[in-house]
Amino acid sequence: MANTNTPLLDELEKGKWPSFVKDLKQAAEKNPMAKDLLHQLELSYKDKIGHWKHGGIVGVKGYGSGVIGRYSDRPDLFPNVQAFHTMRVNHPTGWFYKTDTLRKLCDIWDKHGSGLTNMHGSTGDAILLGTTTDHLQSCYDDLSEAGFDLGGSGSALRTPSACVGPARCEWACIDSLDLCYNLTMTYQDQMHRPMFPYKFKIKISACANDCVASIARSDLSVIGTWKDAIEIDQKEVLACAAAGMNIQKEVCDLCPTRCMEWNDQKLKIYDEDCTRCMHCINLMPKALRPGKERGASILVGGKAPIVRGALLSWVIVPFMKLEPPYDELKSLIERIQDWWDENGKSRERLGELIQRLGMRVFLKAVDLPAVPQMVKAPRTNPYVFFWPEDLNKEVK
Amino acid sequence: MAAKTDIGPPNYKTMLPPVIERNYGNWLYHEILKPGVLMHVSKSGDALYSVRAGSPRLVSTDHIREICDIADRYCNGYLRFTSRHNIEFLLDNRDRVEPLIAELKDRGYPVGGTGHSISNIVHTQGWVHCHTPATDASGPVKALMDEIYDYFVTMKLPNHVRIALACCLNMCGAVHCSDIAILGIHRTVPKTDNARVPNVCEIPSTVASCPTGAIRGDMKNKTLTVNEEKCMYCGNCYTVCPAMPIADPDNDGISIWVGGKVSNARSAPKFSKLAIPFLPNNPPRWPEVVDAVKNIIEVYASHARKHERVGEWIERVGWERFFALTGIPFTDQHIDDFDMATETFRTSAQFKWR
Repeated sequence: MANTNTPLLDELEKGKWPSFVKDLKQAAEKNPMAKDLLHQLELSYKDKIGHWKHGGIVGVKGYGSGVIGRYSDRPDLFPNVQAFHTMRVNHPTGWFYKTDTLRKLCDIWDKHGSGLTNMHGSTGDAILLGTTTDHLQSCYDDLSEAGFDLGGSGSALRTPSACVGPARCEWACIDSLDLCYNLTMTYQDQMHRPMFPYKFKIKISACANDCVASIARSDLSVIGTWKDAIEIDQKEVLACAAAGMNIQKEVCDLCPTRCMEWNDQKLKIYDEDCTRCMHCINLMPKALRPGKERGASILVGGKAPIVRGALLSWVIVPFMKLEPPYDELKSLIERIQDWWDENGKSRERLGELIQRLGMRVFLKAVDLPAVPQMVKAPRTNPYVFFWPEDLNKEVK
Repeated sequence: MAAKTDIGPPNYKTMLPPVIERNYGNWLYHEILKPGVLMHVSKSGDALYSVRAGSPRLVSTDHIREICDIADRYCNGYLRFTSRHNIEFLLDNRDRVEPLIAELKDRGYPVGGTGHSISNIVHTQGWVHCHTPATDASGPVKALMDEIYDYFVTMKLPNHVRIALACCLNMCGAVHCSDIAILGIHRTVPKTDNARVPNVCEIPSTVASCPTGAIRGDMKNKTLTVNEEKCMYCGNCYTVCPAMPIADPDNDGISIWVGGKVSNARSAPKFSKLAIPFLPNNPPRWPEVVDAVKNIIEVYASHARKHERVGEWIERVGWERFFALTGIPFTDQHIDDFDMATETFRTSAQFKWR
């Protein structure tokens, strides 16, 4: 074992859940950076404060993003983490790996960095935690040689992410993986060279269960849905009932629009009232399936609190067919980003800009029609703007 | 030779196991065979078995190699990670599922996180690698998962409970729509370092960074002043101006938020709401935080109806009952005073006494 003195962190080696301290110690045995990280963390546990300085600008040739600068505020005690930068490595879409690929990543990171990672970071990248400034370029070169590239950081398009989609899920209404990979490849420049007012996130979920939290966490959310009727296999409905499911109570009564009827023989769905929430389909995957006319709803504006409060994304296109090469969606993304780029203040997310200038102005700028699906209810205040072209129209 | 740029990530299509390649887009249904084990069946009759195991997310390269060794032995070298940082071993042979689970158990990997369980806690960097945290991330998560481990390896809750931790309001873990969110907070105003401001900060952008207009430029002295009555300690000024440090070991800590969700199933996605304004940072095991979260889970587990998420249960019984049942004190901090505050005030005579 590496010679460590970390009585507080040692407490977190106890217990049943896998311990990150074990991983820190494992890396510390072979790597002086990891060893200093472990001891700096112990000091944080003692002092109840972080010991990292405000980042600095570091990077690799040709890119303005993908590397997060990090410096210790106690380099006197922990010289090996004086500079301890993060590299964000764009994950294979859907986080699928072959072990030879993962091993390559491990070998590169053992050669250049601390040997510590996050699998994965919050946005989706594989996070390589901690290396020195003079290793950044050579690490990048080796990553590139092995077929990896960096993800986004700063005021750039962040690494798009997608749910597991049609690779494994019977509910996928769109090919979330193909779309995500296609957008990632199309927008490499926007990811690697920050050119926006602030960050821009795209997350793609192939159904309304939203396994990548796109509605909460992305400026542009793509959520799979369908337009026609839910497919029913009545035999399988009966099998669910026979297996002990209380279809009235668990399915019909919990339907948000009460659009289902069950008479112990047959399940009837009034599809015109269905809002495609996925509850019934989640409960009876063998019996019920999304309809055949599939596509996605497009929403914008989701974000965490900083600066002006958290937002959930808003519907701007109720339904869009999504098939390669995805030109309609790409054209919309580009119109949105152009407007945001033109009008956004520094560090103003898309949702905050729409709040400031108004959805009406946004829709006109990106050329989308107003439709009732965009709102929970029409406005309740009388402070209504009119466009100049609306005036005098009704005068005879 | 210069390295190639803009090549993008490895193409996911080269990472898919043959059973997925053959059945891509053709899945018919799935079953949860037992906690941590999914079986997806294709129209072709092929089946894919996914075995889900917990991970601390902060993992060493040797740990990843161990995962690879296991995947080589049981899955022909194919695996994936989930959006909640679990590891999923992908098998096309049912006979290998139990031996794999046995090996995972031997090596200390929890198998679970499916269905009505508590899956892995999505979390941020904390003291391990961030410059703005109000608490650690990996530590409280480990301490809590140790205590609620049983909910990971079973499926006995009314519905799944998504827990997330962010160590400051920047929320790179975006916890704001979780069943239970653990959020690091500051409680004291930033301390302006007047000597450093002129060298490292842009005064107008720092003033503009404040959501409540609490920061003013002092052009004469080339520095910034903070109105203590307006500052709500978000730390955004520190993000743009390193000379306004806000971390305060004696007063930083953790707040607990409940009732959010992102799924559209049944009720619409919703934000988490404040349950506990402050709990102290007590490393290494944050006992106050662990107890508080465990209490909320247990009250939910014993009162919610089947399929109700935490937020759906609370909305059915009412927030007044949530506070009564959990024994959490209600304070003036629970009442919003930011931009859209009045939307949360009660505008009817309809409420419960407890």
